[in-house]
Amino acid sequence: MFKKLALTTLTALTLSGGAALAAVVEGEVTNYSFSFEGPFGAYDQNQLQRGLQVFTEVCSACHGLRYVPIRSLSDEGGPGISEDQVRAYIEQNFIEVWDEDLRDYRPATPNDNFPVIDSAGAPDLSLMAKARAGFSGPYGLGINQFLFGMGGPEYITSLLTGYNGNDEEVAGIYLYGNDVFPGGLLSMSPPLFDGLVEFNDGSPNDAESMAEDVAAFLMWTAEPQMMARKKMGFTAVLLLGLLAVLLYLTNKRLWAPIKRRAKEN
Amino acid sequence: MSGIPHDHYEPKSNGAKWLERRLPVIGLLYDTLFIPTPKNLNWMWIWGIVLAFCLVLQIVTGVILVMHYTPHVDLAFASIEHIMRNVNSGWAIRYIHMNGASLFFIAVYLHIFRGLYYGSYKAPREVTWIIGMLIYLLMMATGFLGYVLPWGQMSFWGATVITGLFGAIPFVGDAIQTWLLGGPSVDNATLNRFLSLHYLLPFVIAGLVVVHIWAFHTTGNNNPTGVEVRRSSRKEADADTLPFWPYFVIKDLFALAVVLVAFFAVVGFMPNYLGHPDNYIEANPLSTPAAIVPEWYYLPFYAILRAFDSEVWVVIAANWLTGGIVDAKFFGVIAMFGAIAVMALVPWLDTSSVRSGRYRPMFKWWFWLLAIDFMVLMWAGAMPAEGIYPYIALIGSAYWFAYFLVILPLLGIFEKPLPTPATIEEDFDAHYGKPDADGDTVTSPAE
Repeated sequence: MFKKLALTTLTALTLSGGAALAAVVEGEVTNYSFSFEGPFGAYDQNQLQRGLQVFTEVCSACHGLRYVPIRSLSDEGGPGISEDQVRAYIEQNFIEVWDEDLRDYRPATPNDNFPVIDSAGAPDLSLMAKARAGFSGPYGLGINQFLFGMGGPEYITSLLTGYNGNDEEVAGIYLYGNDVFPGGLLSMSPPLFDGLVEFNDGSPNDAESMAEDVAAFLMWTAEPQMMARKKMGFTAVLLLGLLAVLLYLTNKRLWAPIKRRAKEN
Repeated sequence: MSGIPHDHYEPKSNGAKWLERRLPVIGLLYDTLFIPTPKNLNWMWIWGIVLAFCLVLQIVTGVILVMHYTPHVDLAFASIEHIMRNVNSGWAIRYIHMNGASLFFIAVYLHIFRGLYYGSYKAPREVTWIIGMLIYLLMMATGFLGYVLPWGQMSFWGATVITGLFGAIPFVGDAIQTWLLGGPSVDNATLNRFLSLHYLLPFVIAGLVVVHIWAFHTTGNNNPTGVEVRRSSRKEADADTLPFWPYFVIKDLFALAVVLVAFFAVVGFMPNYLGHPDNYIEANPLSTPAAIVPEWYYLPFYAILRAFDSEVWVVIAANWLTGGIVDAKFFGVIAMFGAIAVMALVPWLDTSSVRSGRYRPMFKWWFWLLAIDFMVLMWAGAMPAEGIYPYIALIGSAYWFAYFLVILPLLGIFEKPLPTPATIEEDFDAHYGKPDADGDTVTSPAE
């Protein structure tokens, strides 16, 4: 009987993954393996730092991260850059933000968010990894989501490496052929090529590796509290599980005389 | 309460006597907490507590969220990200609130289907059922209003589609839609009133929950046998019931803890599983998403709404009979609200004299088919309205109405029910008293 309760909850949960299923992108998203997947997964600090470098040197020319506070680069569970390094990062990259009071641009401070960049019509990337679902799992059951996440970073990596050269000019605008982008044509030129960014730690800098690094970084910008969230998940599941065991034993003992009496009747 | 003989509160100290003469609040709490409860309740009777917990959880987290939320079209989306990034534990509170809505609806659907199977809606519990249906309608409204607040793409377009339903009402539709939105389209005025109502309705629900509990405390709980508690003597009543505290409080709390383990696993490890990725894109009135999908808990009724397109013969007939006043869109709206209305009227549609589905051999099959139908409709609602899906949704919708309007009234006449146990005590003793050869029990209360 108790099994039935768990079963009904589970079926209700699995069958309701329909909304996520409907949002799956139609292109061919490769299932890359990221370190932060699954309940036990964690961000790879080095990868986030490499991703930040790729974002800064390549993506940030056109894309902003308007919702991400720069100071959060040194938050726990993130790229783990020290506060001094964050200040140095702002200075070296001449990051400026619009100041409403000054009616002008001024150098950013760690407490500012990353600048809003939308001049090229490029979308903001703060939440991109959560705004795309690469896959949702076999038959829409969403099991994949528990084990591998929603596929947002996979979508980003696949898109960045998905250029196929079938470019077309549509209404005077040059569009680049891409296997992953819905519609197959995208106005962003292929942004990454082998050796574009030089990493200090000598990590591989072929286009695919860089795409994975920046996708991981964008997962962090979309979900900066993922580590704290999973920790909360474990704490809650463990403590509530313990509470459930204690309540089960209490309940069993409480009902024992009642059930014994029923047996004697 | 409930006409079941039991102990009443006797104030002992002078202070308690003084208060009881002026405001019998301790007596009221005593009667509520120690209410005689049928001792054979099975695990499907735990969802009420889960629902009460959900309501408190949603109100508490919601009150905190609104402290940091900005109801303005230019600032709402950013204020959600502010909650997720800058407010201490804001991400946890928001994810709990988001998924809390889903838990609320999982629990309410299981609670409703429990009632449908065991005939909890039948006399004398019709008022409990009707109040419950009102609560369910208000929950749907509250959930919808709340989903608009983050001001993502699905928020905006969902609001546009749903308020558009009211626009389908002939003659006055446009005026009603404009009145609901506070303007010609979903805009700042809409967002502000939606926040106001999203904050108000949970307290209306809380009030109705009190009435709901009051109603079934007056009639007494139903139970898996559908047999009433014996009320003629204290001895018989005691043989059929146990006081709510501690027997059912502990049992319910155990079940709640198990449910919360699953809930926090979802919150901790896949908090966006039940959401839609498009809602992480800020609302843009100029860009319509590829597919507008409502939250999962509306999908069965959304499927019914879409099932009746202009090619279905009933729609064509309705259109012709009303001289074009009832078009496909309005028909869909009527069907959607009608699907809930027929469920609300089930106390008067079910003609069987036997309450519990356990003793109704034919009813059982039709009931489980309805449960499957509900799941199929939910799935069809998430699919695009093309190809085979509208037909599946149409068959599913037809069965939904047929179950309530045709099958239930006829079953009462044609079905030959099995004998029911004479008393609750007999059922309970049979369950715990006589294990059969497999060590299993004769009648499973979980059935």
